Amino acid sequence: MDKIRSALFDPIFKNNPIALQVLGICSALAVTTQLQTTATMCVAVTIVLACSNFSISLIRNQIPSSIRMIVQMTIIASLVIIVDQVLKAYAYDTSKQLSVFVGLIITNCIIMGRAEAFAMKNGVVASTLDGIGNGIGYSIVLLSVGVIRELFGSGKLFGVTIMPLTTEGGWYEANGLMLLSPSAFFLIGCFIWVLRTWKTDQVEKEN
Amino acid sequence: MHKDSIAGTLCVAAAVCVVCSVFVSTTAVMLKPLQDENKRLDMRKNILIAAGLYDEDSKKSEINSLFEQIDSKVIDLATGEYVDNVNPEEFDQRKAAKDPKQSKKIDSKEDIAGIKRRSDRRIVYFKRDGDKVERVILPVYGKGLWSTMYGFIALDSDLNTVKSFGFYDQAETPGLGGEVDSDKFKKNWVDKKAFDEQGAPVIAVIKGTVDKTNPNAVHQIDGISGATITCDGVSRLVQFWLGEKGYGKFLEKLQAEIDKG
Repeated sequence: MDKIRSALFDPIFKNNPIALQVLGICSALAVTTQLQTTATMCVAVTIVLACSNFSISLIRNQIPSSIRMIVQMTIIASLVIIVDQVLKAYAYDTSKQLSVFVGLIITNCIIMGRAEAFAMKNGVVASTLDGIGNGIGYSIVLLSVGVIRELFGSGKLFGVTIMPLTTEGGWYEANGLMLLSPSAFFLIGCFIWVLRTWKTDQVEKEN
Repeated sequence: MHKDSIAGTLCVAAAVCVVCSVFVSTTAVMLKPLQDENKRLDMRKNILIAAGLYDEDSKKSEINSLFEQIDSKVIDLATGEYVDNVNPEEFDQRKAAKDPKQSKKIDSKEDIAGIKRRSDRRIVYFKRDGDKVERVILPVYGKGLWSTMYGFIALDSDLNTVKSFGFYDQAETPGLGGEVDSDKFKKNWVDKKAFDEQGAPVIAVIKGTVDKTNPNAVHQIDGISGATITCDGVSRLVQFWLGEKGYGKFLEKLQAEIDKG
């Protein structure tokens, strides 16, 4: 029971995939200019993580070691294609904005990383929860970055104007840096800094 | 059969492939009708945007009713005449471009848009005010840097002033060539003149910013920094489709029709 609880809750702050494992940063930069695309990406990655961990854990004792990684990739790729097809059918406009980044979930290191590190060695329930937990950890970082970038970059949250821009007759001068990718890097850096100030055991020991 | 033996490995590989393929293909087939309807609505929305009938405040549910204001016609590019016995709703011009019976190979010297084959027929869209043509919307496409870009150019009733230009499908580098989708770039095209005194399509995206004192400025659009090849592709595809090998003949006939009426 404890293992199950830790599988679900550890990846949120104790073992966050982006902040501690430092995985999956690329997608964090690309989709966080708007909360709409950020939220869709978070849901997509969490679903793929949970389903891939579930499937791989289910057949972990049947996978021959020589084709281990290829089998994992086939399963992950199939799941991402299915998610992409569902998005194109039910959320067409968002899927157009996400364009290639949904397909790039296949390359997101978190998914392959958890498959190798957890799903191959643990039971189905724990693995699925680990997948969901890592998805939540990833989502927390992405949503925080997304809130700051959309609010200070375009004065909006989920497309709803909070601070009217000067270009549209308002008072807020948009921070152009927030719309460029490097800002996501800076924000993730700040997130890691704050997290390690709170949980000092995450700070790497000096050699 | 041990899983690490050759037989075992082949069995697992085959089983994984079969299960994955079944899941993926079932999903794709089941969702196709919904996806096709989405694409159709999206295409209509883009035509409406080119016609100036749809903006950020419009609702998706209005698309089909707004589209009734648009008159779609299939035309024959070689003669510039309307083809009345083909239904524009059922004519797939992308497919026609690949069918040897409905298209022709373009000579490489004339293929400035890099599309290789050209369908014999295309669909054009009119926004009319009663009987008068207010705007004509022409679907254009051509090669960018990484992808083929598909878009619409809308000309005013003088068949020279651009009222709208934009792409609805392109896969250029986000942040560079992909900026052809930015409002700033699209706004630059409005009220520019596509043709010169001799009737040649000279409108083009230049490198750097347009010098407003230059007499040719009315035919020029500011370039996008870092996206030279994409922008050159944009210029070439517009010039191709507005020229003799594209809608040239049709625009001639349409001008005569407008002058008469």
